Amino acid sequence: MTLAGDLVAIGGLLALGPAALTLSRVRHLSSLIYGGVFLICLLLTGGALRGLLAGAAPEALTLPLGLPWLGAHFRIDALSGFFLAVVNFAAAAASFYALGYGRHEKAQSRILPFFPPFVAAMNLVVLADDAYVFLLSWELMSLASWALVMAHHREGDNARAGYVYILMATLGTFALLLAYGLLGGADGDLSFSGMRGHPPSAAVAGAVLALALIGAGSKAGLTPLHIWLPLAHPAAPSHISALMSGVMTKVAIYGFLRIVFDLLGPAAWWWGVPMMATGAATAVVGVLFALLHNDLKRVLAYSTIENIGVIFIALGLSLAFETNGQGTAAALAMTAALFHMLNHSLFKSLLFFGSGAVLTATDERDMGRLGGLLNAMPLSGLFMLVGAGAISALPPLNGFASEWLIFQAILLSPSLPSWTLKLEIPAVGALLALAAALAGACFVRLFGVSFLGRPRGEAARRAKEVDRFMLGAMGALAALCLVAGVLPGYVIDALSPIVHLLVGARMAPQTDLGWLAIAPVAESRSSYDGMLVFLFIASSALLAAAVIHRLASDATRIAPAWDCGFPDSNPATQYTPESFAQPIRRVFTGFVFRAREKVDMPAPGDPRPAHFGLSIQDLVWDFVYRPVTRGVQAGADRLNRLQFLTIRQYLSLVFGALVLLLLALAIWT
Amino acid sequence: MSMFESLAIQIVEMLIVLLAAPLLTGFVRKVKARLLRKRGPPVLQPYRDLIKLTKKEAVIAESASWLFRVIPYLVFAATWVAAALVPTFGAGLMFSWSADMIAITALLGSARFFLALAGMDVGTSFGGIGSSREMMFATLAEPAMLMIVFTLALIAGSTQLSTVAAFMLSPAVGLRVSLGLAMVGLVIVAIAENARIPVDNPATHLELTMVHEAMVLEYSGRHLAMIELSAQLKLVLYVSMIACIFVPYGLAPPGAGPRELMIGAAAYFTKLAGAGALLALFETSVAKMRVFRAPDFIGVALMLGLLATLLRFVSREM
Repeated sequence: MTLAGDLVAIGGLLALGPAALTLSRVRHLSSLIYGGVFLICLLLTGGALRGLLAGAAPEALTLPLGLPWLGAHFRIDALSGFFLAVVNFAAAAASFYALGYGRHEKAQSRILPFFPPFVAAMNLVVLADDAYVFLLSWELMSLASWALVMAHHREGDNARAGYVYILMATLGTFALLLAYGLLGGADGDLSFSGMRGHPPSAAVAGAVLALALIGAGSKAGLTPLHIWLPLAHPAAPSHISALMSGVMTKVAIYGFLRIVFDLLGPAAWWWGVPMMATGAATAVVGVLFALLHNDLKRVLAYSTIENIGVIFIALGLSLAFETNGQGTAAALAMTAALFHMLNHSLFKSLLFFGSGAVLTATDERDMGRLGGLLNAMPLSGLFMLVGAGAISALPPLNGFASEWLIFQAILLSPSLPSWTLKLEIPAVGALLALAAALAGACFVRLFGVSFLGRPRGEAARRAKEVDRFMLGAMGALAALCLVAGVLPGYVIDALSPIVHLLVGARMAPQTDLGWLAIAPVAESRSSYDGMLVFLFIASSALLAAAVIHRLASDATRIAPAWDCGFPDSNPATQYTPESFAQPIRRVFTGFVFRAREKVDMPAPGDPRPAHFGLSIQDLVWDFVYRPVTRGVQAGADRLNRLQFLTIRQYLSLVFGALVLLLLALAIWT
Repeated sequence: MSMFESLAIQIVEMLIVLLAAPLLTGFVRKVKARLLRKRGPPVLQPYRDLIKLTKKEAVIAESASWLFRVIPYLVFAATWVAAALVPTFGAGLMFSWSADMIAITALLGSARFFLALAGMDVGTSFGGIGSSREMMFATLAEPAMLMIVFTLALIAGSTQLSTVAAFMLSPAVGLRVSLGLAMVGLVIVAIAENARIPVDNPATHLELTMVHEAMVLEYSGRHLAMIELSAQLKLVLYVSMIACIFVPYGLAPPGAGPRELMIGAAAYFTKLAGAGALLALFETSVAKMRVFRAPDFIGVALMLGLLATLLRFVSREM
């Protein structure tokens, strides 16, 4: 599909929003809208994939829209094509899922008009070729998703989530606006090709990097700008949460890649240092928070933060290698980052779909009231298990393949000359390993508490399997998690033109190796074969099962649980999410989050009930946001006096301001 | 060497670890009993236990899901595949390239992931306590293992275990500080991962002290047999790994002839016996730790691993 075709399709998506408003009386409107979005997104995915695999040349187009002297520039190259495919595939899956999920939705009229423009805005961000279109689409993406977050604005904390989200989104866009202003230079050339032609000076480039980290990083969820994400993502309906977590964070990373790797010109050696440091901090903080929360969707949102951290570690590594002239190593790290991005968009969408299925079946998000869902929802449970395994980096699923590549890239880094990097990278590697292990614990907890064990509440006991659309979307994503895991070589080769565009080098072709193995540097150094590992595990498990069933006793008895002889029929005696996390909380988070447990145990004979309380304090709120809000509040109180001046005082104020401005102008020139 | 021969060696190695696994456990138990001046069960008792378990009927709790019946086979398969990739008597394993040390760590991680899920499946408090503590240990032991893998990979220039073993056989290794740190770290990780004293006690069924046993409390019959066999395989795996990296003497180099292979096999069984005896001696001489002391113990391994990796980043000589 050509760029013009893509834009027409995106225009169709934009038109579906107002259409949903005007046609609000039509029956089956949600099926119509979601079906339309599904078809358009599938078309866009197909076109983008074909362009990527055929190695299509970049294509540009200028439309006479927007600023009169600028026009609206659009361009598709390998990078845009890749993100176009990721965005639209996930959006297609979400729409297909919503064909079933949307039927249970009560606030249809608050979702349908905003869903297609949200998808269209993400597409436009990826295709934009000047700062104006980029920022406009970025803002449309933020506003549309904000409206979707506020769809259930009367429930719980959602209004607050929306408020925090819109504040942080504004901050992010503002940072990006400044970044583009600096990139545009004194002439104010807002087209990307103009920016590419005039790379800024070293100091300005550093400032742009910081602004891009703030602007794109706040959207992606980098610590300490992540605070809005775990509030906003879970508040939206589940298919929107999947898009926000699985795709919108990737669009943010696209913005970062476009600015830092494309428009900013040659990088300095130290740029990788802050990227890896924030990435590592984000990864560990994200997953530790995920272990402290009980809300199914909030846990998933925190785990998104962790994965964004992992991706930023790989991006920082890539930059460090690139600036030291190690092209193939940079290509390896960049491939790992892009691969992990793709994987995360697959399994995070899958997991959010799963949480939506749980929500549909039980109307419950608190893991502490779920349990035993695997018996009632065998297929949803199986797909959720695949997603949990993939995100915990279990071989042979896809999460492991990309994390393995990142570890391989870290192992190449002792050859970097800089001492800062030499000391930083081992620590980053250790934090990455720690985050990976904690993610495993987090998803054992998530799946074990909500899908295994006995139902902890009436809602969980009555749960039923969800409909075919939801299962179909989850099944497709689960299958892709496995396929990308056992055939990583093909994915790496497909990513190679994008990597070449970003770091100017590429990894050796992997599909030539035979046996479907991958060897990032050299076969003698390291190789991994997802397909063989999968086949080995499958065949030895089947062999063991066959031998056992042939030779051993087949007798099986279903009986009450043993539990050391004292089974308790009350499901409340099971491990809860809090108690599962208690050992980890005690080891890791006592200091970081000031997690405190309070046990109030009455003396024997005292009839008062015992109480257990858990308090978590987020130091980011205390040390970053509280002072800022307090400062804004105090400033506003001071300025408030200006509202009650006399006319003379206002006039002198205006006069003073005018004199000051003229003085400044005189000194400036 | 012909393809057929290397395939034969690979299969023999797979069978050796499988068959030697109960023997090593029986040997450790016997030595431990003798050290306590008891007679102890026969060395072959674990085989008899396994056969007895497979002949019994399996009792499955009412609240168990289908996952409960699948997990023993998955755990066994993941552990066996991991064990098959660790060199025992010869360094040139045919399929060594299909999964490196990072993948072996992750395969063991998968086995643990599923075992922890099995602990939560029936919905009893013991299963939960076991799973939650096991995952807590894992959050320290797994990064520690990865840091040790990093150190070894940076020394040998490869993450393939076979290549690392072949490199350790060569005279280029020498004495290195980082290697020493990695060895102590790996031993600690092995003790923690195999649920041995002082982290966990494999012989106990005393409620509050058990971790691994609590997770598998609801299993019986053939399912329990698979899980016991996986645990025994894991012990052999760690002993083989430590042996082939830090005590590679006698290991047949890649493409060795039959004589070298025989020497390798003899050396391997000597190493197994030596490691088993040392483990028994260590276990009888220390007391089990409180659960919340164990993180300090495993944390030492993590710190050693990090220190060793850092040394390798800073200097090529250390």
